[in-house]
This record gives sequence, structure tokens and C-alpha cells, in this order.
Amino acid sequence: MTTFNPDKYLNEHIAKMPPSGIRKFFDAANNMEGAISLGVGEPDFMTPWHIRDAGIYSLERGKTHYTANAGLKELREEICLYLKRRFKLDYTQNEVLVTVGGSEAVDIALRSLINRGDEVLIPEPSFVCYKPCAEMAGGIAVPIATKAENGFKLTKEDILSHVTDKTKILILSYPNNPTGAIMTKEDLEEIVPVIVENDIIVISDEIYAELTYEGHHTSIASLDGMKDRCIVINGFSKAYAMTGWRLGYACGNEKIIKVMTKVHQYAIMCAPTTSQFAAIEALKNGDKSIETMTHEYNYRRKVIVDGFNKLGLTCFNPQGAFYIFPCIKSTGMSSDEFCRRLLDEEKLAIVPGTAFGECGEGFLRVSYAYSIEQINEALIRVERFLEKLKKGDIK
Amino acid sequence: MERILEILENDCNTSPAQIALMLDMKEADVVAAIEDFKKRGIILKNKSVINWEKTDKPIVTALIELKVTPQRGLGFDKIAERIYQYPEVKTVFLIAGAYDLTVIIEGKTMNEVARFVHSKLAPMECIVSTATHFVLKKYKVENIIFDDKIDDDRQVITL
Repeated sequence: MTTFNPDKYLNEHIAKMPPSGIRKFFDAANNMEGAISLGVGEPDFMTPWHIRDAGIYSLERGKTHYTANAGLKELREEICLYLKRRFKLDYTQNEVLVTVGGSEAVDIALRSLINRGDEVLIPEPSFVCYKPCAEMAGGIAVPIATKAENGFKLTKEDILSHVTDKTKILILSYPNNPTGAIMTKEDLEEIVPVIVENDIIVISDEIYAELTYEGHHTSIASLDGMKDRCIVINGFSKAYAMTGWRLGYACGNEKIIKVMTKVHQYAIMCAPTTSQFAAIEALKNGDKSIETMTHEYNYRRKVIVDGFNKLGLTCFNPQGAFYIFPCIKSTGMSSDEFCRRLLDEEKLAIVPGTAFGECGEGFLRVSYAYSIEQINEALIRVERFLEKLKKGDIK
Repeated sequence: MERILEILENDCNTSPAQIALMLDMKEADVVAAIEDFKKRGIILKNKSVINWEKTDKPIVTALIELKVTPQRGLGFDKIAERIYQYPEVKTVFLIAGAYDLTVIIEGKTMNEVARFVHSKLAPMECIVSTATHFVLKKYKVENIIFDDKIDDDRQVITL
């Protein structure tokens, strides 16, 4: 009898793909007594009660069936109103597709656009899914290393030095995970001519748009001539602390959204119905909840940036999302080594910058989706760790 | 300046240095503002919210609705003052509606609370009637949910 060998059946490319670099640190921390973490990339807030209540109420009314593939009409209409109100974006409900989180929107946008061999520009450090999703769709991921001295913004020179005749897509992800960088209206206006001249389509992942602390978020799709050239991705996870509800959306040219809906229809059918009803409530009455949470994140941001800077692990001022990206080059250690030793010595889990691209070497991603008490405790542990290093107590 | 109060109301242990950081202020200005709030009677006291049900100390809480006859020239204030002087009385509110004052009192036993109502409150000449409601369980006090699980149950996730 032949022995069953699962390797034989697996897709070679996907089997070889490395898992996310974040997971191993959490696995280690989870099994360590007294360990704390500044690593989780999701809000510590619970979904506001009025939103949870709307979800529960929809269940009580028996709203347990599939919705339209593109999502509830009322939800898509509310999304259009919200995008207009908050970001001056003009979409109609036929240009909106409700997805299972922003991640599905990224995946199906790439699958709908990429022909084998198309190149996808991915500014790094970046969220971990862009590169594998682009490659799984048959594309070639072209990382663009953004620099700390530029505030981790994407410049037109960055684009020009990576564009080829195969370039089709640029994934723009600001406010940025992991750096906390944003791109202002002026920054975006700088890169728009290069995008247009090179006939590039932009997938703009704006999931952290509401978490912008200095000024207001500008969507690249709101700039002149860019609406049709952009697929805007947003969702409910970060702004409304609704990660577990798995609800996001993509907006763009009707024809593109139609093709994306085809992929969504065959792979997913529709986003969760309960979540869609909860999301309607979030959009109608959730602005105050966003404001409350954003204030709290902003307090934490200032405390943690100040704390790391005082410890000599300097970080540029992050103006969005809920991460800081301090530089640890002064310690002489690699990001991976720093995080491993910090976990061993002080039981503090932080994600190395390299989990978000090679250019993250020399940096850490520190989440401040934690209470001020937890942040203060973590800062004490980092300080103690650095003291030990200085004294040579640890090698 | 209200932001300082909001931060302290949420956690009175937040240091002036940290508040200054959060609000882009100078520490000395925060210290001065807090002193000023205290002088003006805006910040009255720093307290802990305690769930006594989790301790061995017996505490019975009752909410009493009082209908009263206001005193000429003094309104309800004089009556409220006579009531809130008792250490058993934890809270007194003047209410618009079916009755006039809400009084929250605490004692060691139901008997002790009942005794206080019939021997101290009810006999006051301006009290027309009392209705006593005993608290069976406290779910939320001072914006703190007593049964709330505070464990961080966020799972390992690749974000």
C-alpha cells in the first residue's frame, strides 16, 4: 500500500511561503508565566455596546439569511454617506462591495487585477498580507523600502526607481501598519503624477484612516482624476473595534467592483449578515465612539513615543494607526535578536520590524492598543533590559 | 482643561507628568490646574471604587425615595442638609418627578438600614413618606462594571 504523503498534494509555492513573522513571538509569550505583550495589532476596546446591540437585535428579528453578494443595500448606502462625510469620497452603492474584513478586499482586488507576471509595488515596511496575496494571485511583488528619514512615506523617486513596463499596481497603506506613518494631501499630490504617467492602479488600504491624530486623513481617491484609478479599502475592525465581526469593504470603478464581486461570490458568497446589520448602526451612530477611542489612542501614543525616546530607542513621530516603530540600531542587535532577548530577559513580547519586510531591520513594531498601565509596565521592562545590556549583565 | 478632569475621573493616579504628555501641556501647568480645581471645589476627593461583595465585610445598600414638604424660604436644601449629615447616608439627590429626594444609605444589615429609616428619617417633620428599596446586586458603579472580565482575550493573530 502507498503511504500517504501530504507534501505531494500541496501547492508548492504556497507550501514554501513563510508564515508571518509575528506569530512565533506570541506563541513563545503565551507559554511564559508573567509575560506581557505590546504586540497585538487589534484594538483592546470592546465593540461599542450600541453596535453589539444592533447585531443582537438583528438576530432576534431572525435576520439570519444570506445577504446580496455585494452586501446589504442599506449598508452600502451608509458606507457611501460615511465616505462622503468623513473623507470627501463620492461613491454610489454600485461601486461598493462589502467583504469579510479589509483582508478579503485586498485579496480579491489583487486576484481581480493581476495577470501572471504583473508587478505589484509594495512600499515596505508593510502589513504582512500584501506580498503573499500578490504572489498567490500570480503577480510579482516588488518591495519598495521606505525610509525613516522620510517619515516612512512613499516618494515619487521611490516609485520611479521601481517602475518597469510590467508594473500594474501600487498598494498604498497609510496610516501605516507597522510604522504609524501617514501621507498628507500634499504628500499624495506629489506621487499622483507619477502614478498617472505610468498608468498604475492603486489599491489604497485605508483601514486605519480614522486613527489619524494630527490633521485629518486624506484618501488618494479624493484627489483630482484619481477616483477611477483607485480601489479604496476600508472596514470596521480598527475604527469601531470590530475585528471579530470580520467586515470590510472595497470601493472603486463599477466595472472593477463587478469583477471583484464575482470572485467574492464564488469564494465567500456574502459577508456575515449579523455583522452587516451591526455595521449599519456603527455608520449611523458611531462617530462619537470613534472620537472616544481615538482620544484614548492619542494619549497612549504620546506616552509611549516619549517613553521610547527617553530610553534612547528613538522613533519618528507616528501620526496614525496604533503603532510606533522605534529604532534599536544603537544596541547593535538585530531586530529579531533584540525581541528574542527582551522576551527571555523581561518577558515582554514585541514584534521585530523584519516581520514587515527586510527594511524593517533595526526597528521594532510596538503596539499601543494597550492600557496606559500596561504601557508603563512595558516601558519599565524595556528600561531594565537596556540597563542590563549596558552593565553587561546579559550577553 | 476639561480633558484633565476626564483623565483624572478615569484614573486619579495618572501623574501630572503623564497628563502633560497626553495633552501637550507643561507639567507645571497641569499641577497648577489641578490645584486650582481643588481650590474651586471641582476636584473634591480621590477615591477607589471597591466591590465590597468580593470581601467579607457585610454591606447592605438601600435606595430610599422621600417625599418631603419643602421649608419656607429654604426649599429642599435645608432638609437635604439635615439628611446628608448622617454618615450612613452616602448619596442624596434632589429629583424631579413622583418624589423629591433619593437617598442612598449603607449599613451592615437590613435591620440596621431599616432602623435608620424608621428612627431617623421617617420621624423628621418635613418627611411626608418614605419608600425603601434594598439593593440586591451592584452591576455597575461609577462607570465601572463589577462583573466585567478584564482579561485580555485577544488571540494570536498575524496582523
